[in-house]
Amino acid sequence: MAKSITLTIDKTKVTVSEGTLVVDAAKKAGIDIPVFCYHPKMEPVGMCRQCLVEIGRPMVDRATGQPILEADGTPKVQFMPKLETACTNTVSEGMVVLTETERAKQGQKEILELLLTNHPLDCPICDKGGECPLQNLTLAHGPEQSRFLFEDKQRQEKNVALGDMIFIDRERCIQCARCIRFQDKIAGDAVLGFYQRGRSTDVVTFSDPGFDSVFSGNTTDICPVGALTSVDFRFGARPWEMKNAPSICNQCPVGCNVTYNVRREAKAGGSYVIKRARPRQNEQVNEIWMCDKGRFASHHYTESPARLKQDPASMAASIQQAAALITANKGDMVILAGENLTNEELFNLRGFAHSAKGQIYAYGKMGGGDLTAAYGLTAGSNLGDLGKGDTIVVAASDLYHEAPIWYLRIKAAAQRGANLVVLNGRHTKLDEYASFVVRYAYGDEPQVVRGLVTKDKIGAAINDAKNLVVFYGSDGLGLDGTTNLANACASLVRNRAGKPNNGLVGVWQSANTQGAWELGIKPAADLAKAVAGKVVYIIAADPVGDDPSLAQALSHAKAVIAQDVVSTATTAIATVVLPAQAHTEREGTFTSAERRVQRLYQAIPAPSGTKSDLALTAEVANACGVELEGKAAILVMKKLVASEKAFAKITYEDLAKVGDQWPDVGSADLYFGGTSYKNTQGLGSHLAYVTGFVNLAEPKPTQRVAENTLVAIPVTKLFDQGTMVLPAANLRGRIDQPTVSVGKAVATKYALVGGEEVKIKLNGTENSAKVAIDDSLAADVVLVPRSYGFAISQPCAVELLVKQPDRLGGN
Amino acid sequence: MRLIEPFLEFAHGLKTVLFTILEKPVTVQYPEEKRPVAKRYRGRHELKRYDNGLEKCIGCALCAAACPADAIFVEASPNTDENRYSPGERFASTYEINMLRCIYCGYCEDACPTEAIVLGDNYELTYTDRRDAIYTKSMLIDAVPAGGQPTPMATEKGMFTRSIPEMKDPTD
Repeated sequence: MAKSITLTIDKTKVTVSEGTLVVDAAKKAGIDIPVFCYHPKMEPVGMCRQCLVEIGRPMVDRATGQPILEADGTPKVQFMPKLETACTNTVSEGMVVLTETERAKQGQKEILELLLTNHPLDCPICDKGGECPLQNLTLAHGPEQSRFLFEDKQRQEKNVALGDMIFIDRERCIQCARCIRFQDKIAGDAVLGFYQRGRSTDVVTFSDPGFDSVFSGNTTDICPVGALTSVDFRFGARPWEMKNAPSICNQCPVGCNVTYNVRREAKAGGSYVIKRARPRQNEQVNEIWMCDKGRFASHHYTESPARLKQDPASMAASIQQAAALITANKGDMVILAGENLTNEELFNLRGFAHSAKGQIYAYGKMGGGDLTAAYGLTAGSNLGDLGKGDTIVVAASDLYHEAPIWYLRIKAAAQRGANLVVLNGRHTKLDEYASFVVRYAYGDEPQVVRGLVTKDKIGAAINDAKNLVVFYGSDGLGLDGTTNLANACASLVRNRAGKPNNGLVGVWQSANTQGAWELGIKPAADLAKAVAGKVVYIIAADPVGDDPSLAQALSHAKAVIAQDVVSTATTAIATVVLPAQAHTEREGTFTSAERRVQRLYQAIPAPSGTKSDLALTAEVANACGVELEGKAAILVMKKLVASEKAFAKITYEDLAKVGDQWPDVGSADLYFGGTSYKNTQGLGSHLAYVTGFVNLAEPKPTQRVAENTLVAIPVTKLFDQGTMVLPAANLRGRIDQPTVSVGKAVATKYALVGGEEVKIKLNGTENSAKVAIDDSLAADVVLVPRSYGFAISQPCAVELLVKQPDRLGGN
Repeated sequence: MRLIEPFLEFAHGLKTVLFTILEKPVTVQYPEEKRPVAKRYRGRHELKRYDNGLEKCIGCALCAAACPADAIFVEASPNTDENRYSPGERFASTYEINMLRCIYCGYCEDACPTEAIVLGDNYELTYTDRRDAIYTKSMLIDAVPAGGQPTPMATEKGMFTRSIPEMKDPTD
């Protein structure tokens, strides 16, 4: 525990821990010191000089080391002859800080006057206008008039693209470097920098493509002026016109807390439209950040023209038809539940399957969830608490692409001193921060993980760790591979089960995969076999579009009932289609892979012609004679809580509770932490640790694809061609053409150059793709991205068909 | 004296009547004949244009923010040099005023940073349907002045980069 220090700020006695900055101490005491460049999540730089205050320290007699006292016995305080910046000074015992004196006010006023000399004052058309720290601080602390001449203002370029998603207005920039420091220190993508000096200083990007980072949207939140704005929202609405709707991002298993800004629009015929997504502070999940996929792609699909809608009569007919199909084939029903469904919906579907004597499978491509449910994280866990003495293992996952916010937080933990062990068959971004990097040949994952403890240094890091969190993903693995890997990873943490900050975490491909596993809903070992000859009720999944072999299998099903938000290849072949609602339109809870249950609120009214998944399932079930609760998510949750041990303590009221969080963002003082939203709608709570012992399976020998052939390795890319991502227009630049990566050896053998187009043949299908060359890859692998139209769900043999075979003559 | 008093009163009244007969009548034959309104009369709003035809409105929605009756609704879109509606980066792609809600206070006029919205002298606002009370941009905007071009217009690149002109003190 750090030493406490007591100081006086404007006559208020403040006690904070040693090392706290004066500006933070003042904030904690509720005293506002204006800042621009300082941000509580970053190291201070003292660039903008806005936080000028008078600081005095008690005088000490150099000879005796004793404090010098005034005549009345109080310590004599010596003030510096000039003002000091509150953001670069740490507190010291007996310090006196004056923020309201005439001298301090004058200093702050003059800095604002200086900052405004080149500011264009085009607040009326600025997207930041209304939530702008510069605007607010000028009003509160600024001068009434400027002594600088209006005609002498510098005219600079406006609206310059930094990247596909972020534009910069050079006139508005005040060179605080928050964006540059965020990218360098927090995101770890140092793609921004200053160019030129003095009044010519510009923020530029030196990556190709510009601003090549998946965290770029966050810089618009922390920009204290309107210099960085997002293309997605450009001129969308004024901040005060929008309502804030809390929600949970549904793009990955992290479960970032978000706030959707919504308003009614004439363009949308008077209905509510989601204008933008902003992070909502949850220091235990996403802090005050979110990735670009969540920010720009998590809501556009709801407005897609491919939305499924039916008028009430045909919807009732569809429900009757679905029910008739299920009743006519009693016991032959297979429910295929997408892992983006809420806990309540999954629970209802499970109930329906059991009552109707059918089967229920999760539509997932990863295994091992029974182990994450048994040995996963429990109450009190927070990746932000991990540091020196703790160990994090990341196996077979490219977190930068699979779960960017975890990448951010694990990187931060490693920088705080935690041991980070990264295991992968190729180079991933997390390698740079790892204490130990382990490379394996694809297919050897389980053995390599089991062997970790026998290694000297890595073994010690794992065995002696105060806390140990093991992440495992699906980089290069299918269902069997991940199940094997999960068993191996669980062996590392099983003796720590139930301890906070210790456990196994699956880097799932969907938002609520953990929830499905907690309810015992597992993926089918052989889905094609499971659906043959059955009535298949598919909810929120697109097997036909994902995998041609599943399309083939479903054509042998007796009937397909597809329930989804937008029309997909599956709804196209379905006998009955039921129009459901998006995550922004319904209520429920998601379980993040960290086993945190968080509430999903309705952000906008659902469009007419749709019904919630809960209601649709309940109506189908009721028409089949099975009683199901479908009126409200909270009623289903009550039943769920009664039936599941891990959920026993969960209530909607508890999930909506919030506590004090530091830093204080989103209050009246947008200048301090940026425009991320304050969390007033709930931090969620962890599922309970259920004591129990799961037998770990011995690693099965992985089925090797035949020797001397190229092996296709499925990998996940953040911006893919998924149904939810494609409707996001401004991500199009980032959604690459399908690109496969090969190592140098393969490139030489097939005479490939980076960027050229090849035909690749796998699982009986042929696609064309661009080639990228990755030096860290082994000689026999081709990385194939998921959700890009390739028929790949696990490693398989692949053929590269080069367009000009004559080039191969030499080989 | 007492006897003559009523007659005097009567004569006095008659005098007023006689003089009033000779005065010019104040009644106007509306709608054939219209009285001029006061100089600063606040009637139906007009969206102004510059001399070259560009719209003064930049879609900032400050009028909507200032409106105490919440009568104004604005949606903005970006300008391009090929399709330019107003100087600068932003223009109002939707501009609606609900005249049933409007209380003609003129706050929108005060809030406008480009003097685009002006309460004119038109007070003839009648509707047979509540929906007709919503005036859209095409109903509110002034005609293109002589010598100007209609919007959207193609403009020279880099010519109209400023949304907000240098403001002068209003003269009236």
